[in-house]
Amino acid sequence: MSTVTVQLFASYADLLGAPTVELPLTPGTTVKDLLHSLRSLPGASSLPLAPRFAVNRTFATPDQLISPSDEIALIPPVAGG
Amino acid sequence: MRRASILTSKIDPASLINEVSSPQYGAISLFVGTVREVNEGRSVSAIEYSAYKSMASAELERILDEAEAQFGVSALVVEHRIGLLGLGDVSIAIVAAHRHRAPALDCTRFVIEEIKKRVPIWKKEHYADGTRDWVDPTRAAQAPSV
Repeated sequence: MSTVTVQLFASYADLLGAPTVELPLTPGTTVKDLLHSLRSLPGASSLPLAPRFAVNRTFATPDQLISPSDEIALIPPVAGG
Repeated sequence: MRRASILTSKIDPASLINEVSSPQYGAISLFVGTVREVNEGRSVSAIEYSAYKSMASAELERILDEAEAQFGVSALVVEHRIGLLGLGDVSIAIVAAHRHRAPALDCTRFVIEEIKKRVPIWKKEHYADGTRDWVDPTRAAQAPSV
């Protein structure tokens, strides 16, 4: 089975204890599926119900399909300014 | 002149004003965000800013596109600093120039509000008591009002 790398930042990187995680990727995997896989990792139980994902540097929708070449990131609540 | 930059060096708001100045404009609006000494009742000693830089740059560009379309402002510069900032340091400066004041003022407000909602930049506050915590604006929004 192939995998996809998910980048983690700020509080979410702290929760999961790493700057990236590898998640399983099969044809038809969506953002929602990635979140489901992510929840089984240690530390992920403290994530909010619906954290925001970005795919290729744009905010993604839950039903968005993931390709092996996509750049995936989990985006904690932003606090710029 | 239209650009957005994420940088680690000090921001000089005066140089941003010079960048957009032109006799064709009758109004220049400047917003400057600085590090405040107290947040939610806790004494802050510093703030550590971090970013998902490639997406933050892309999102800033999208905001500038929207601002230009909405307010007709093409003279627009944003600088956001990341890294460890001390009290009073400038974390962000936004400058917008237009022939008239209303679009310049409205544009500056729009850009800072959109940045706070959409641009993947985070801050970890360092408190005077030695503890540190990530700032989560959604936590304050969910808290019951008193």
